[in-house]
Amino acid sequence: MAPILEINNLYKNYGSVEILKDINVSIEQGDFLVLVGPSGCGKSTLLNCIAGLEPISGGNMAIAGQDMTNVSPKDRDIAMVFQSYALYPTMTVAKNITFGMKVRGVEQSVQDEKLAYVAQQLQIEPLLNRKPGQLSGGQRQRVAMGRALVRDPKLFLFDEPLSNLDAKLRVEMRTEIKSLHQRLGASMVYVTHDQIEAMTLATKIVVMKGGVIQQIGTPAEIYTRPANLFVADFMGSPAMNLIPAKTKANGSGTQIEIARKEGAPIVLTDTRNQNLPENVIVGVRPEDIADAALGRVGDTQEAECLIDIVEPAGADTFAVMQLGGKHVTARLHAETDATAGEAQKLAFDLAKVSYFEPDTGLRLN
Amino acid sequence: MADMSYTPTQTGSSAGKIALRWGLYIMLGLFALFYLMPLFVMVTTSFKSLEEIRTGDLISLPREFTFDAWQTAWSGACTGIQCEGVRPYFWNSVLIAIPAVLLSTLIGALNGYVVAQWRFKGANLFFALMLFGCFIPFQVVLLPMARMLGLMGLAGTIPGLIFVHVIYGLGFTTLFFRNYYVSIPAELTKAAKVDGAGFFRIFWSIFLPLSLPIIVVTIIWQFTQIWNDFLFGVSFSQAGTQPVTVALNNIVNSTTGIKAYNVDMAAAIIAALPTLFVYVVAGKYFVRGLTAGSVKG
Repeated sequence: MAPILEINNLYKNYGSVEILKDINVSIEQGDFLVLVGPSGCGKSTLLNCIAGLEPISGGNMAIAGQDMTNVSPKDRDIAMVFQSYALYPTMTVAKNITFGMKVRGVEQSVQDEKLAYVAQQLQIEPLLNRKPGQLSGGQRQRVAMGRALVRDPKLFLFDEPLSNLDAKLRVEMRTEIKSLHQRLGASMVYVTHDQIEAMTLATKIVVMKGGVIQQIGTPAEIYTRPANLFVADFMGSPAMNLIPAKTKANGSGTQIEIARKEGAPIVLTDTRNQNLPENVIVGVRPEDIADAALGRVGDTQEAECLIDIVEPAGADTFAVMQLGGKHVTARLHAETDATAGEAQKLAFDLAKVSYFEPDTGLRLN
Repeated sequence: MADMSYTPTQTGSSAGKIALRWGLYIMLGLFALFYLMPLFVMVTTSFKSLEEIRTGDLISLPREFTFDAWQTAWSGACTGIQCEGVRPYFWNSVLIAIPAVLLSTLIGALNGYVVAQWRFKGANLFFALMLFGCFIPFQVVLLPMARMLGLMGLAGTIPGLIFVHVIYGLGFTTLFFRNYYVSIPAELTKAAKVDGAGFFRIFWSIFLPLSLPIIVVTIIWQFTQIWNDFLFGVSFSQAGTQPVTVALNNIVNSTTGIKAYNVDMAAAIIAALPTLFVYVVAGKYFVRGLTAGSVKG
């Protein structure tokens, strides 16, 4: 079967400014693709291009195998949910949801049937006769989803649909979107700047920066094997520790030397990676640094580190220290006895370490 | 910083406050009197007989009410050689104003919708030129317009006057609607496009229902402009198609012998009544529409 969405060499310029450069993405039926990146990275523009709301300057795209490069939005068989919800202010909720079908001349009985189904799915039956102005943010969000669902399109597009909600509601709606995706098995493209949303929802993530795709992969791939320093830093909270280090070939392995403010450098030996350049940046996730006293999993190496700050956060305790001239955060078990200003024996999980070239920022291992 | 609380500053004694308040009311009362005086004189004069006007005081109330002057003004006063009052001209004005107001409002709404929501290359220049049209003194266009109307075969006709008023109203109506529609989020149009609606469908189903306040503003504005217009009326009409403002001028200026002030006043009030009526009926929407721009959705 042809991929549900296929974008080849897409370019988008505004005048002489290149907004999107050589975008290539393809997703299969049932995929949940999340476009993530900092503001201004072009992710919303890309979504608008997929919707046909912005003409593209180069390349082509197909939906379900049909070329859609120059097809108008209404003929692309898509539905879109907007950040501001974009509900029609003068129409009731029911009219908002059925407007698309009315425009397309769908029979009244079919309209009623679909409306009832969607209203039941989203639990918005009591709201059907209200105007958008009388709804709360979360209710508007549901109606906007209903307007998309009722169309039963090949592809759903979401443009930061949760960013106008408060934190609690956002988590709720996130779960709801995920369960909706699982229930319907629909294909979705979702834009967000929130990397947690991206990680929780996606089956496939596209990380973008400056109009260029940095990495495409499953959430696990993106998280454990970031393709460059930008992705490493952007995905994950707290962010991945990126520590400048020197390497030295050492028999079967590589000796990693991390400078410290005081005392001798930390020396770790990596047996998995050889032929690293002399200067590298070592990327370690905070959870891959553990309290050595509390048991260890996997191939770890220990080192004494001076803890600067201890931040208990309930389930975990974050310990901050200075390594290689950078703040390094370790996610320790809550039972740790690490104390600020004292040294603590920490275990580094070298199996999960990433290495980056300092100048290009590219991944080395 | 934290313990600094807000304390209102004292503004003089309470006696001073009362004096200030009364001073304000007296000022406002004087202004109101100043503006209402001419209207008062017009109304009272129109109900007096000529005899009473000659012998009586300008601001005194009529000793006996008479509607004779109104009767004459409506259907008997002479405009030059014809003596039919303002009635036929009043209907001319109605026939000019209503289509011209509706057309210029509708086209202005469409223009504003395009300029605000369907950005095209040169949209800003187009809008700037439209805006420029608002400030062209009408005297400048009299001769070219007369030639145009001649070429179109509309010279001296009511459709000709409608055409002129629609054209010269578009600058303002476009401005009104554009500024109103600019505040409507572009995502609304995008959502409708994805829903399958086209240019006119979006305008008709989504934008027009949102536009009631600005439609009222535009209608009041256009109606006042067109009804009160004298220059175009006197330039582009001929006997039989003149609007009421021109007829009023003719009644007042073409009488010989004794000036019938009561008839003049009654005719002037008749000519002004429709605009007054529109303000009274829709005035509250006018202020509301001018201030309400944003649309919550």
